[in-house]
Parts: sequence; structure tokens; C-alpha cells
Amino acid sequence: MRCLALFFSVVAFSVNAQTLRIGLAEDPDILDPSMARTFVGRIVFAGLCDKLFDLDEKLGIVPQLATGYEWSKDNKSLVIKLRSGVTFHDGEKMDAAAVKYNLERHKNMKGSNRRGELAVVSSVDVVDAATVRINLAAPFAPLLAVLTDRSGMMVSPKAAEAAGDKLGAKPVCSGPFRFVERVAQDRIVLERFPAYWNKGQIHFERIVYQPIVDATVRLANLRSGQLDFIERLAPSDVPQLRGDSRFKIAKIVEIGYQGITINVGKSDIAQKNPLGKDARVREAFELSLDRDAIVKVAMDGEAQAGNQWVAPSNRYYGKSAPIPKRNVERAKQLLKEAGVPNPSFTLMTPTTSDAQRIAQVVQAMAKDAGFDVRIQATEFATSLNLADKGQFEAYVLAWSGRADPDGNLHTMLACKGPTNYAGYCKEDVEKLIDESRTSLDPARRAAAYDKIAAQVAKDRPIVYLYHRNWLWAHNAKLTGLRTVPDGMVRVQGLKMN
Amino acid sequence: MAKYLLRRLAQIIPTLFFVSVLIFGLQQLLPGDPAIALAGEERDPETIRYLREKFHLDEPLPVRYWHWASGVLKGDLGDSVRIQKPVSELILEKLPVTIQLAAMAMLIALAIGIAAGIVSAVKKDTWLDYVANVFALWGLSTPNFWLGILLILLFAVQLGWLPASGYVSPFEDLKANLSAMLMPAFVLGNAIAAVLMRHTRSAMLQVLSSDYVRTARAKGLDERVVVLKHALRNALIPIITLGALEFGTLLSGAVLTEQVFSIPGFGKLIVDAVFNRDYLVVQGVVLFTATVYITLNLLADLAYFLVNPRMRT
Amino acid sequence: MKKLLRRGGAIFGLVVVALFVVLALAAQWVAPYDPLATSWSAVRQAPGAAYLLGADELGRDVLSRVVWGARASLLAGVVSVCISVACGVPIGMLAGYLGGWIDALISRITDAMLACPFLILAIALAAFLGPSLTNAMIAIGISATPVFIRLTRAQVLAAKAEEYVEAARALGNPHLRIALRHIFPNIVAPLIVQATLAIAAAVIAEASLSFLGLGQQPPAPSWGSMLNTARNYVDQAPWMAIWPGLSIFLLVLSFNLLGDGLRDALDPRHK
Repeated sequence: MRCLALFFSVVAFSVNAQTLRIGLAEDPDILDPSMARTFVGRIVFAGLCDKLFDLDEKLGIVPQLATGYEWSKDNKSLVIKLRSGVTFHDGEKMDAAAVKYNLERHKNMKGSNRRGELAVVSSVDVVDAATVRINLAAPFAPLLAVLTDRSGMMVSPKAAEAAGDKLGAKPVCSGPFRFVERVAQDRIVLERFPAYWNKGQIHFERIVYQPIVDATVRLANLRSGQLDFIERLAPSDVPQLRGDSRFKIAKIVEIGYQGITINVGKSDIAQKNPLGKDARVREAFELSLDRDAIVKVAMDGEAQAGNQWVAPSNRYYGKSAPIPKRNVERAKQLLKEAGVPNPSFTLMTPTTSDAQRIAQVVQAMAKDAGFDVRIQATEFATSLNLADKGQFEAYVLAWSGRADPDGNLHTMLACKGPTNYAGYCKEDVEKLIDESRTSLDPARRAAAYDKIAAQVAKDRPIVYLYHRNWLWAHNAKLTGLRTVPDGMVRVQGLKMN
Repeated sequence: MAKYLLRRLAQIIPTLFFVSVLIFGLQQLLPGDPAIALAGEERDPETIRYLREKFHLDEPLPVRYWHWASGVLKGDLGDSVRIQKPVSELILEKLPVTIQLAAMAMLIALAIGIAAGIVSAVKKDTWLDYVANVFALWGLSTPNFWLGILLILLFAVQLGWLPASGYVSPFEDLKANLSAMLMPAFVLGNAIAAVLMRHTRSAMLQVLSSDYVRTARAKGLDERVVVLKHALRNALIPIITLGALEFGTLLSGAVLTEQVFSIPGFGKLIVDAVFNRDYLVVQGVVLFTATVYITLNLLADLAYFLVNPRMRT
Repeated sequence: MKKLLRRGGAIFGLVVVALFVVLALAAQWVAPYDPLATSWSAVRQAPGAAYLLGADELGRDVLSRVVWGARASLLAGVVSVCISVACGVPIGMLAGYLGGWIDALISRITDAMLACPFLILAIALAAFLGPSLTNAMIAIGISATPVFIRLTRAQVLAAKAEEYVEAARALGNPHLRIALRHIFPNIVAPLIVQATLAIAAAVIAEASLSFLGLGQQPPAPSWGSMLNTARNYVDQAPWMAIWPGLSIFLLVLSFNLLGDGLRDALDPRHK
């Protein structure tokens, strides 16, 4: 009998002693949830750090470290009930005190990038060991969505106190896997955390994340068997991989967007250029574009055309501002009315292949209406700087997206938004944005967004183009993959058969 | 001899100073505020202010240079802003990788270059000469990133003989390490093979027409012995000393080769750091590699000096 | 010249280079399509009757882009080297001829530039100036200058020791005349050889910078940027990469062969 038990445990161990090898498109930055700044870092966090809440495939809020929540009557405080029995990787208890510590760290630590998201949080109270109350200066609907991202990730207070802002070198969280080592630009290795509260869902011993920047090489690694999973498969590689039964492709529309930001008021350049100055010219520009063709040519069809900060399939998409169809005749007419039949402007384009394809397609399409679009390729870091100073006329810029629509709207189109490169500031829109954030009723929020969409569609500070598909490719033997629009690779449930 | 050595050593200090100024200037003058570039998508103004303060970005250039240079003299090269690791740690991490890649590339280059050079010199002006020429020049004539991608598609994807990319430490798994390094070392060594071929060819031509070799031939020695034993031995020294100077070319070539093959060496480190405006990394690594290059140069000159009796006067 | 013609490799090189130059100059008559003309229905179309070498990711004719791209790549090679020579030779002559602390200063700065990996310098300079073909040429040109400084200086030092130069000085000839009349003709030969080889390296350098997004920017064609775009489509549309890749290879090989041939012909030590 004992032999049998031993045999089974050995078998179970060898089945479990598996490594999941994931190929990333970039090297993540600092692995500290407070300081982290990249999208790809969040993929690693999905295996390393659990958060208060998580998202499901429909962007609904589901429990993770928290089991439930309740808003107060005036919507100015949120009471969160925490899961019991959760420990951090260093053995410390994950309780209300830890949550309070973390939220304050996100808000106050020097170098923290979470300040903006939690700006409205005024204080955090420990009600009891398993209950926490977050007090807000004003009602804030996006708060729960914010807590499904880095702001909701909890690190061990003991480790954070000891390491300070150097925690990222050896992060200590409470996720399914704990940190083993990191070789910059080579790999990040995590190993299974035996005391994980949901350990039944974890079927790997180790995860190795390998950044491989070149998409062709990343795919080559998958095809040669060195990787089990890759993120951001190139759209042009989809057809041939579909024919290969060894691999599967998973896709879902992102929560972000790709668009062209127009300088309508960031600097005096806005007034000097017809595109920035005259709304009719911007309308003509938008009418010269065929979004479906852009999606087909620039993204090989792997995107959903859009004209708002959320995709048409999103519940908060404003139905009163549908995607306009291409109309070159009307565009030419508008330009004649505006007195500039052949307007010319510079399109600042980062040197990424996606942005360059978009710019070239847009250039060719707009030419039909009489536009002379000059592509100015700019290194990404430089382009951010120029945008910040308003030293541009139009800018091809993408946004990786946030679960709550406010995260895609406020920072770009609110008067004091940190990434409001367009320089857009309208009082009535500002009021509507405010209303959409402070009201917790989805119907009221949707109504506000509808009105904002209608106005933004008229003013066109940003010409939204499309929402990409997140494209993942993996070994066909890997099962349990959940495609959530935030593009994260959730490790719970993943199994290699 | 000692005077020569001292003179050369004295020259190193101003050279290194200029290297530091050059690389500091290039980084600091790069357009764009590094604080904004490093601040992430949210562009939180507090974070930007914190970064500006941390890296003295509001202070004038000479002051910033002084902060950095005085740190370097104390052995502190600063930290990478992007991943918060000390630059010196990053260098130590990447050094064995780059050394291995460079060494393997050099071996391949020597093998191809010397062989082609010998053939070209001995069979001068025949079709073998042209073939050897083109064979060695082929490496110099193709962009290495391009060759790399083609090789990956052939050997990794189609044939499955070698891994597509990545790096495994030799202490972890020697076989995996060598198979992963083979293609990148070949791509890198290819380009230098041409240079070595030229050196070998001219050195061999010189030696083959010398009295020494004519005597050996007159003695009735087999041609192959003449070439390999006598001529090559004399030609080898200038070839190797000149080859040491190719270290700079190696690093240049490594930049793109490492990108394509995802080898975590210096080349990849520097390029990513330039685009991420992680300038302390660029400055530190370039200063380090420049020091190594200058030292190698000095050693090569000394070797040449010692071995070549004609130079000693 | 006769010696040059005797080396078959050099002839091949010369012929191919000449062909490419003619192609580049006659681009508008040779290219069947406008290299910038996009066509959404012809995206990545295989080579055939309509597009002899196939179409690229935006439906543009690869053949036309290769032909027009010859201009960009040749320019990148030639202009960069012209910049290097125009900067490097005078500085090298200054250092070699004047000697003293000027020589020491120039030599140390040259050593410093040579100690930094060439491509890193070029990348930093190109990033500094901004991504464009012109800036890439400037960046490559400046990064390659130290080689010419060293070369010129060495030749000047060797020539300075010659008796006829000493004699000229003794006769009271002004420095500039000595430099131009006596020293300069001596350095022309190795300079031409080095310049030819440098053009080859510069064309590759432009391709490398384009790989990183710092060279010729779309939609204007250059072989390097075409390769950069093509690497995303190597499996589905290999023709996008084959033709510019082949062109770079032929052009650079030819310059290398030509340079080697010139060296053999002009260097008195080689027979």
C-alpha cells in the first residue's frame, strides 16, 4: 500500500514538474507593482502577483484576493471583504493591514506610477483583519476596475519596508508563482508557490518568461518547440499558423485603441495648421479614411474598426456616434468650404512597424481627398517629448487600454489629463466626463459616454482608427487558456496535456 | 622599450577621458526628456518630477558629467533606470555571454579567414583565388541581421537542428549553450573572416616571396610543408595581432546579431538602452568596452613590437 | 590601370557597380511603377505578369522600389564616405604635418572615437539627429571619419620623412604648397582603396540603421528599410526580402572586390 502511494506521488510530481515557457514581445521593466510602467510587465505580474479583484472575459469584476465589496450610501467609501488564509511568498499574512499598507504605498511612495489612478482615494481604514474601507474624496466609478490592475496588487509589507524602492529586484507578492531569478533581457523565472490559496488551479512547477523582440524569431521559437506560448503573434503570420495542427491561435479584441491624435490646442501650432484650426478640415480628413481597408491592409484584418475610445462591441460605446463611411466627395466639398482644397500637415509617426504601416495607408487614402500628408518618422522616446510640448500637428499614437472606459478617456481628453496631447478642453465635455466617473449607475454612465462620444466625434481631437486583436499562439497541448480583453496571460487553469 | 610602454600608457588616460565625454555628450544630447521617456504610459507628473530629481536632469551638463564621472572613478557606474539594477552588475552579467560569443566568432573567423587567405595567396590569380575571395567576402557583404534571420528560418524552423534564439549558460547545459551560440557566432565571425583573409593573403604573399621561403623550396621541401610550416608561421603573428584589433568590429556586429538571436550580451544591452533613454547603461557599458578595446590595442602593439625585430629600432 | 584590369574580380566589381549607378540614375525610365503607388488589392502579391518581382505589404511594386532604392543605398554609401573623407583627410593632414600637441590632441580624440563600437556611435548620432536617410548618412560619415584621419596621418608622417619633402622645406616652400603638391598625391592611392571599401561598409551600415528604424523612412524606398519591413513577412512573401537582400549583397560585394582590386593594382608592395 505504501509502495502504491509512493508510486502515485512520484508520478504526480513528475507530471507537475513542468515548465511553462512564455515568449514576450519586450523585456519588462521594474517588477514592482507600484513603480511598473509597461504592458508586458503586467503579463509577468499575472503569474507573480494576485490582486484584489480580477476581470472576466466580459470585463466584469470578479473576486481574487478580495471576496466581496460594498459601496456606502453616498458612494464615497468602498468596503472590501478579504479572503482569509492568504499568505505572501515570504510567509507574511495577507490581511487588511497589508492592504492598507499597499494602497498607501501605491499612493505615496516616491517613484510610484499609481498615484494618478488612486488620486481620488483620501484614506484607507482597517475595519478588521479581513475588512478594509477605502474612503474617497468623491465618488469614483472606475475604482473597482483600477483595483483589477497594478493598483490592486499586493506586495508583502515586510519585504517592501526592507527593500523600499528596490523591491522590484526581488518582488514578494502573493500570486501562484514566486520570484526565482531575473536575467535582464534574457528571462524571468518563477516557481510554484506551494501555499497559494488557489493551488488546485496551478499545474506547472515553473514559468519562464523570455523576451524576444523580433516577432519572426519569437514565432520561430514556438515552431521549433522552444516556447510553449507566445504573445503578440504578427497578424501576417496567422494564416500559415492556422494550417499547423501542432499550434492553436487565440484572439480577442483589445481594450485599448490605435488612433491619430491631432493638436487642436496644445500649442500655437494648432492655430497655424488648418487641420488643428478648422473642424471641417478634420472632418474631411476622417471622411477620406476607409477604416475597414486600414484594418485589412495594416493589420491583415486582425482588428475591429472603431471611432471611439472603446470598441463598438463594448457596452459603453456611444451608439449615437457610429463609424462614418468613407466619403471622398464630401471630404473634398468640406475642404472647399473651409477654403483649403489641398491642406498639408505633418504626421509624427513612431518608428514601430505598426505605426508606419498606418501612416502610409492613411497618407495614401487622404491623398484622394486632396491632403498632402507628410510622414515624419520619429523615435518613440522623442515623439513623446514632442507631443508633451505640443510640437506636432498630428501623431500616430496607441493606448494599451484600461478595463474601465474612464481609463481610456480621462487622461487624454480631460482638460488636465496627463496625456492630453491634443490640448482638448471643453467645459461641457469636462462636465460629462466628471459625471461619467462619479456616477456608479451603468445606465447613467452609458448615457454620459454617449453624449461625450457625439461631441468628440464632432470635434475630432483624436481620430480613433481601430482596436487590435490580441493574438496569442501556443502549443495545441496547452489547455485552459482564457482570453480576456486586457491581454493578460492568466496562469490559473493552464495545463499542458 | 620601457619608454614606449610608458608613453602608450600615458596616452590611455586622455583617450579614456575623451571617450567618456563623447559617450556622455551623445547620450545627454539625445532629443527627448529621459524622464518623460522613462515615465511610462501614464505620464504621471509626480513620477516625472521624481525621475528628473533622481538623475539631476535639471542641473547643467558639466555638473551632470561631474556626478557621473566622479562616480565612475569610485567604481559606481550608476543604475539602470528601467530595471533598477546597477550598471556594473549588468556588465558582469552580460560579460561572459559576450566573451563567449566573441571568442567563438573569432575562432570561426580565423578558421575561414586563414584558410581562405592561404588558398588565395598560394593559388593567386587562379579561379581558386577568386572563389576563396568571394567566399570570405560573402560575410562582409551581407547585413548580419539578414543572414541571421535566414539561418534561423533554415536551421531552426525548417530543419530543427539548432535552437531559434536565446541563451543557455554553459554551466547549466553545455550542449544547449553551444548549439544556441553556433549560428550567432557564425554570423558574427563571417564578417571578420574577410578582414582576416585579407591580412593572411597579404602576409602570406610577402612571406612566400621572401628569401627564407625560397631557400626552403630550393632545399626540395614539399610545397605543403613550405606553406604551412614555414610561411604560415611567420605570417601568423601580424594576422593575430591585427585580428585583436577587430574586437571593435566584433562588438559593432554583435549589436544586431544579439538583437536577432536574443542573446543577452552587451550589444543588445546598449541598443535597448539607447532607445529607452537608459543612458547610464549606455555610458557605463561603452566606457567599459572602450577600456577593454584600448587595452587590447596596447597589448597587440606590444606583441607586435616584441616579435618584430625591425620595429625595435 | 592595366594591373586593375588583370584582376577578374575587380572587373566584375566595376561592372556591377557601374550597372547599379546607371540603374539608379535612370530609375524613372526603368521602373515600371511609381515606387510610392499603393494598391490595396495587390497586397503581398506573388511575382507574376503584373508585378515582376512581386508586391509588398502595401501593394507597391518590389521591382520599382528596388530600382529606386538603388539611389538611396548608393547615396548612403557614397555621401557618407564623402563626409568621412572631407572631414578626415584635412584633419589627418593637420595632425601629421603639424605634429606636436595638435597631433596629440587629434590622435587622442581619434583613438577615443575608434574605441567606441562604430555602430553604437552611428546609432547614437542617428538617434540624436532624428531618423532620416540624410541624418543616417551624416551619422555614418562622422562615425567612419576616424579611419580616414588615421590613414591620412600615417601617410603624411611617412611622406614627411622623405628626402624630397625636406628638400622642399629647405628651399622655403610654404607649408600648404608642400602639403598639396608633394604629400597629397602620395596618399591618394591608399585613400581611394579605403574609400571604396568604406562605401561597402556604409551601405551595410545604412541597412543596419534601417533595421533599427533610423535610416530611410517610409514610404521612400531604400534596400535597408525594405529588408527591415520584409523580415515580418519572410514566410508569406519572401520576394519582399530576396530582391533587396540580393541587391545589397551584389552591390557591397562589388565594392569590396573593386576595393581589393584597386589595392592590388595601386599598392607597389603587391605584385
